[in-house]
Amino acid sequence: MTGTVKIAIRSLYKIFGHDPQAALKHVQGGVSKTDLLEQYGHVLGLQDINVEMRESDITVIMGLSGSGKSTLIRHLNRLIEPTSGQVEVDGEDVLAYGEQRLRTLRRESMSMVFQKFALLPHRTVAENAGTTLQVRGVRQRDYLKDAWKWLERVGLGGYENHYPHQLSGGMQQRVGIARALTSNSPIMLMDEAFSALDPLIRTDMQDLLLELQKELHKTIVFITHDLDEALKLADRLVILKDGYIVQQDEPQHILLNPNDPYIEDFVSDINRARVLRVRSIMTPLNGGDLPDDAQGEVDINDTLEDTIARSGGDTSHSYVVTREGTPVGVLEMTNLVKALVPRVASEAGARKY
Amino acid sequence: MATYDFLFDGLGLRDWCDAGKTGDAPQSMANLLAKGGAGKDTPWWEFPFPSLDALNEACARIVQSRDMTKAVEDGFLAIKDVLRFVLDPMTQPLSWILDFALLVFEAAPWWVMFPILMAVVYLATKSVRLIGFVTACIAFLAFIDHYGFAMQTLAIIFVCAFLCVLFGVPIGIAMSRSDRMQRMTIPVLDMLQTLPPFVYLIPLIFLFSVTEPKLYGIAIILYAIVPVIRLTDLGIRLVDRDVIEAADSFGMTDRQKLFGVQIPLALPNIMAGVNQTIMMSLAMVVIASLVSAPGLGVLVLRGIRNLELGVGLISGLGIVLLAIVLDRVTKAALDRVNAARKV
Ligand SMILES: Nc1ncnc2c1ncn2[C@@H]1O[C@H](COP(=O)(O)OP(=O)(O)OP(=O)(O)O)[C@@H](O)[C@H]1O
Ligand SMILES: [Mg+2]
Repeated sequence: MTGTVKIAIRSLYKIFGHDPQAALKHVQGGVSKTDLLEQYGHVLGLQDINVEMRESDITVIMGLSGSGKSTLIRHLNRLIEPTSGQVEVDGEDVLAYGEQRLRTLRRESMSMVFQKFALLPHRTVAENAGTTLQVRGVRQRDYLKDAWKWLERVGLGGYENHYPHQLSGGMQQRVGIARALTSNSPIMLMDEAFSALDPLIRTDMQDLLLELQKELHKTIVFITHDLDEALKLADRLVILKDGYIVQQDEPQHILLNPNDPYIEDFVSDINRARVLRVRSIMTPLNGGDLPDDAQGEVDINDTLEDTIARSGGDTSHSYVVTREGTPVGVLEMTNLVKALVPRVASEAGARKY
Repeated sequence: MATYDFLFDGLGLRDWCDAGKTGDAPQSMANLLAKGGAGKDTPWWEFPFPSLDALNEACARIVQSRDMTKAVEDGFLAIKDVLRFVLDPMTQPLSWILDFALLVFEAAPWWVMFPILMAVVYLATKSVRLIGFVTACIAFLAFIDHYGFAMQTLAIIFVCAFLCVLFGVPIGIAMSRSDRMQRMTIPVLDMLQTLPPFVYLIPLIFLFSVTEPKLYGIAIILYAIVPVIRLTDLGIRLVDRDVIEAADSFGMTDRQKLFGVQIPLALPNIMAGVNQTIMMSLAMVVIASLVSAPGLGVLVLRGIRNLELGVGLISGLGIVLLAIVLDRVTKAALDRVNAARKV
């Protein structure tokens, strides 16, 4: 959270249609997405996007289908050209790049993982994983060595000489991840990388990603339409709707302070006890004294669920919050209970009971 | 009195028409016959369509249809020399290749040819059963003394199909990369595919001497190249967009994308095109025997010309056997490619 800004997007607009520049004027003049489509026949993909993505963070971009997530992530490596705005990577203006420079960026600084895996069916798993190096002109013997290493790392040791169609979906996506890792690029772009997998495999893959990230500290841009997934992975969460950013912040903060009914509705359905962590709701010590009646200690990164289990459901308890053993705050169980209730009850939930 | 007099009178073109009258223009048979009935009123249901000939009767300035046919012929003859001057040297290598292939296939003794064919079948299909089948078919043809003819036909097909692939695949690739190129090429392909094979032969006979192999070589290639072009174009266009996007995102150059992704993924379609191309070459090689292509077609032709029923039927059977062999082998090769890349 303290890393430098790796990717910066400034007032980015993307409009699909035959005359985007003219349509841009209307959008900047306040025409909405639906009106733009009905009156001018242009699709508003993105409007006024400003995001900074920090080094070694997982930035999750979330939104419903059609909100412009894929469009946004494709601007980072210029698979899509913006209508207006800036994209900077490591402080350099990517949009000013010529073909050669752009290719180098794609080869060496960014690698992408796709929802539909996009493996080459005629090449073995190891050859697939080595594609990103092969493209740079690395000799087969050398890129296969790296590919083997990363395949082993994502748990596919022994499958190097299989073909993609011989693997399950989850395994194929592991190849996709290995392929991105083999390129050794500092940035990983993942467009709904786990959306095509069934829930159990999906959890596995999320754990794998977090585990890899602990070690590799890549700058990851992860797209999902699943809030649970977003909350599990995100260091920072960007919520898109109809092409604009509704809210972006630390996920815990968004959960506790949603700034828009759209988000409130989104977050009202999830298991808050499992997602919220002690650090988001504790009272910081700020040099004050520790209470004498504390029932024990909890870690700052424990989930509320853990804490409730410890308290046995007794709301009169309070705990000392520690970070790596040192006390940093106090947690009142009453605050915890309050935090569990969303400001707006889930409509779906209300109907169910 | 001709039916359409009123038209020219009405338009005030009578003078213009009569000014062109030569009086002793050659008369068509129909004209002469019609003369007899002239003056009689034509019943309304025989009212003629305003064709060139009908209009000519009313106004001599309008040309007759046979003049048009003549004009086409004259036009072709006029450019013939230029065309020949350009095309003759350009296509000369085709004659050499065909001559060479025929020579090799005829000169090689059967006990050399059999193992070579078996090896080719094995390399293409990796199937022992097919080797057995192919050997049995060729052996049968040899047994009934049609081996030489069959080899001539095979030689021509090999050369022509090879050249079709050599030219067709790049054309297909070019089509897949540019919509304009595709729009321009498709009408030509449609024409090549719908023209009856005999029609190709007519201008070619005028352009080249009938004794030259390239005459039938060109006819076969023009006829058979269409599927491989179409299916290459289609195959490349059908390559999964996600995979292409992935290739772009890894920074592949156009070249890397073409050879590393598009062609390999389009290969099943391209192979299907090659299969059809080979089958169409076989169909055309029979017709091409009209213009001195050697092989089984010659026997078929003899059967028709001299009403030698047996000769015609047996050589027809030989062609069917060749067709089955070629089809099975190319299909098996295609299946092998497909099996390695189920998605
Ligand atoms: N090439 C295009 N031409 C026209 N409109 C487009 C194009 N690509 C995307 N759009 C539009 O832009 C909007 C955003 O699309 P995008 O694919 O980014 O959505 P998404 O958030 O990724 O959705 P999903 O979750 O379904 O993948 C949609 O309204 C879509 O119709
Ligand atoms: Mg998408």
